[in-house]
Amino acid sequence: MSGDFSWIRPEPHGIHVVPADVWIDPSKPVDRALVTHGHADHARGGHGATVATPETLAIMKLRYATAEGAQPVEYGETIRLAGGVDATFIPAGHVLGSAQILLEHAGERVVITGDYKRRPDPTCPPFEVTPCDIFITEATFGLPLFTHPPIGEEMAKLLKRLSDNPERCVLVGAYALGKAQRVIAELRAAGHTDPIYLHGAMEKMCRLYEEFGVDLGELRLVADHTKEEMRGSIVVCPPSALNDRWSRRLPEPITAMASGWMRVRQRARQRNVELPLVISDHADWDELTRTVEEVDPHETWITHGREEALLRWHQLTQRRARALAMVGREDEDD
Amino acid sequence: MQSFAALIDALVYTSSRNAKLQLIADYLRETPDPDRGWAMAALTDGLDFPAVKSSTIRNLMKERVDPVLWSLSRDFVGDTAETASLLWPDNPQAGDAPSPSLDEAVQRLSAITRNSAMSELPRLLDPLDASGRYALIKLATGGMRVGVSARLAKTAFAQAFDVPVDEVEEYWHALTPPYAELFAWAADGADPPDTANMPLFRPFMLAHPLEETVVDLADYVAEWKWDGIRVQLAHVGGETRAYSRSGDDISATFPEMIDALDIPVVLDGELLVRGDVQGGEAGGAASFNALQQRLGRKTVSKKMLAEAPAFVRLYDVLMLDGEDLRALRWTERRAQLEALMARLPDTHFDLSQVVEADHFDHLAQIREGARDDAIEGLMLKRRDSPYVAGRKTGLWYKWKRDPLLVDCVLMYAQRGSGKRSSFYSDYTFGCWDGDPDKGAELLPVGKAYSGFTDEELKKLDRHVRQNTVNRFGPVRETDKSLVFEVAFDSVHESKRHKSGLAMRFPRISRIRWDKPVHEADRIDALRALIRD
Ligand SMILES: [Zn+2]
Ligand SMILES: [Zn+2]
Repeated sequence: MSGDFSWIRPEPHGIHVVPADVWIDPSKPVDRALVTHGHADHARGGHGATVATPETLAIMKLRYATAEGAQPVEYGETIRLAGGVDATFIPAGHVLGSAQILLEHAGERVVITGDYKRRPDPTCPPFEVTPCDIFITEATFGLPLFTHPPIGEEMAKLLKRLSDNPERCVLVGAYALGKAQRVIAELRAAGHTDPIYLHGAMEKMCRLYEEFGVDLGELRLVADHTKEEMRGSIVVCPPSALNDRWSRRLPEPITAMASGWMRVRQRARQRNVELPLVISDHADWDELTRTVEEVDPHETWITHGREEALLRWHQLTQRRARALAMVGREDEDD
Repeated sequence: MQSFAALIDALVYTSSRNAKLQLIADYLRETPDPDRGWAMAALTDGLDFPAVKSSTIRNLMKERVDPVLWSLSRDFVGDTAETASLLWPDNPQAGDAPSPSLDEAVQRLSAITRNSAMSELPRLLDPLDASGRYALIKLATGGMRVGVSARLAKTAFAQAFDVPVDEVEEYWHALTPPYAELFAWAADGADPPDTANMPLFRPFMLAHPLEETVVDLADYVAEWKWDGIRVQLAHVGGETRAYSRSGDDISATFPEMIDALDIPVVLDGELLVRGDVQGGEAGGAASFNALQQRLGRKTVSKKMLAEAPAFVRLYDVLMLDGEDLRALRWTERRAQLEALMARLPDTHFDLSQVVEADHFDHLAQIREGARDDAIEGLMLKRRDSPYVAGRKTGLWYKWKRDPLLVDCVLMYAQRGSGKRSSFYSDYTFGCWDGDPDKGAELLPVGKAYSGFTDEELKKLDRHVRQNTVNRFGPVRETDKSLVFEVAFDSVHESKRHKSGLAMRFPRISRIRWDKPVHEADRIDALRALIRD
């Protein structure tokens, strides 16, 4: 450690890289932004220039319809920013296009994870451990009670409930970006080849995944089909549609939700979920702590989530850490 | 234990009442004795393992998890049993130990003492998965919290074996877990348990709220509804018992009532305490506040007995001299009750008087004019109604006095429990101790966690999160920018609160997003509403 890292400054609405005057995942419009991934709490429209992976830029274009100043950067590629700062985008294993950003300046290395997980995901390349001095991590599931079960178990639960109820359908609430496609891809991997029905809001993102080479099998739109046709099928919708009037067009749906929060009974009950599926695109507690151990940084900074518990873990294991009070980061993209 | 845990989980994730009934009924049919009996006991809160408390679980966890991580996790989940079930570390040594049956778990829990709890509980928990641990801890510490009332469980039992639920209810109180005779009767057609000579709880007849209904006083009789606790006194087979609304035996709390009854009778009435403790007419009934001092006690001091003596204001008679009167009309039972008064000591019993009114509007006027603080409202009873368990539409109505209203300011919010554990849903509010424009302060006057819709709850939760100025553990202090119109039944002097006042049954009647806080009410305005 040579300097004091004053060149990188956490501010309430993003991480400011001072010599380059760029912001990482800023929550308000800036001249120049580096964006880790396409979830709304990280990627916002309206920046002068946006540097991100081609997948993330495509997602942002789809969501915000603004493509000005888009600067694609591939995984593993290093770009030189102003003020002698180098930035490298490294897979984060979170959703399609998600990246950690490695910043290097004057011999100091800072990694910003964005959101990440360590489990295999057929829709994106896996997280890569990158040694650094300062490791800026999320902590969405930063409580020791969060251990995500193997996804195969959750798929088996889902398929069992489906085959037990051939006259009904299972309606799976899953976030439109990432979770929905991962669930579909995992169902395919588990041998489920039947058509899967989509809420209209899911369609474009699924098509985009397919354009980037993710095979999702046969997808159909709910709107184009009758109740009868959907009996015994899996239907995927955004969580907000789960208890919506929209679901009345489905054949006696069994309400499922794919989310890391489903580990906690009351969370499932709040959404009237009958079949909780503990599936998360974030690191669970063991992954968070193991990742810090593997990266073994000089200091950990925590952007958002249950930062108190992760801070406590650092204290118990004699590691340096601090919590950044980031605004606008939510738990939506779980 | 596994199938019981699966039942508990399935119930947690099922909101429809019918689906719940189905799940329980299926379980009861498929599960052998005595496991199914223990499951019924668990669902109806009929099990008690005094050596295992929530604090026992906390202590166990503190040996296994860092206390800070534990309390952060506990705060997040909002439930000790669930947090412990999720955080319980795998014990590799326990690897192949078979999970205990429900019967075995109950037997082992019963044998646990305060000294052995810390070593025995881990042995029970180790072979279980998270669901099993959750069910076991809930079983051990009491209260399954799966949205199943005792009544629903009994209804499921009745459905499972196609027997009348009121019979189940009545035999229920004659038996103890795991209810072998009840299953023998319902499932295998054995003779029902003989209850005629037991001082049992007989299910209460209850009333529907009147709301918009208008009744004809030719068919209905009006009675005061007293603000005490509904009580059933049973003297059968030489023994006297007192039961609360839910069928809990409260004899030890009101020994003077037990001593006062020695004729073979089962009575329904309102338990009240005598009047001069907290206002009220001399010799009459005191406010509910006075009665409150006596509730929930296992033993009662002489002083308490002298200061706040209990008596029962009688509504009805269910059995008399060994005869079951419940099938008779109200008018016939009432005549028997009036005749019976002479056989009861007037120190401990009086009769709830019929309220005479010419017509319905006249009755409404009488209700409006009622000033006695011990009156909660009116009861309207069909003159020909038999005494039937539960709420039967059209027979009895309750017509409560209109609530009192004040405007208060939200001060603190706390997360709810259960389904609301992620929401700030418990609100403490206050009134001004003077002129807010001249620097008056807010003093807390009450707490409410009901009266709003789910949508409003979301908005309130957001308001709390966005307007927090201070945090004290699970409590947030807000910037005091929101006015609630609070409804309550009555208000009393109280030393517990800094404001010197305590509300009874406060609930949020409206959220006044529009109202400036300085227009909220002052303490004096609330004080003026004291009725006793
Ligand atoms: Zn994300
Ligand atoms: Zn995020």
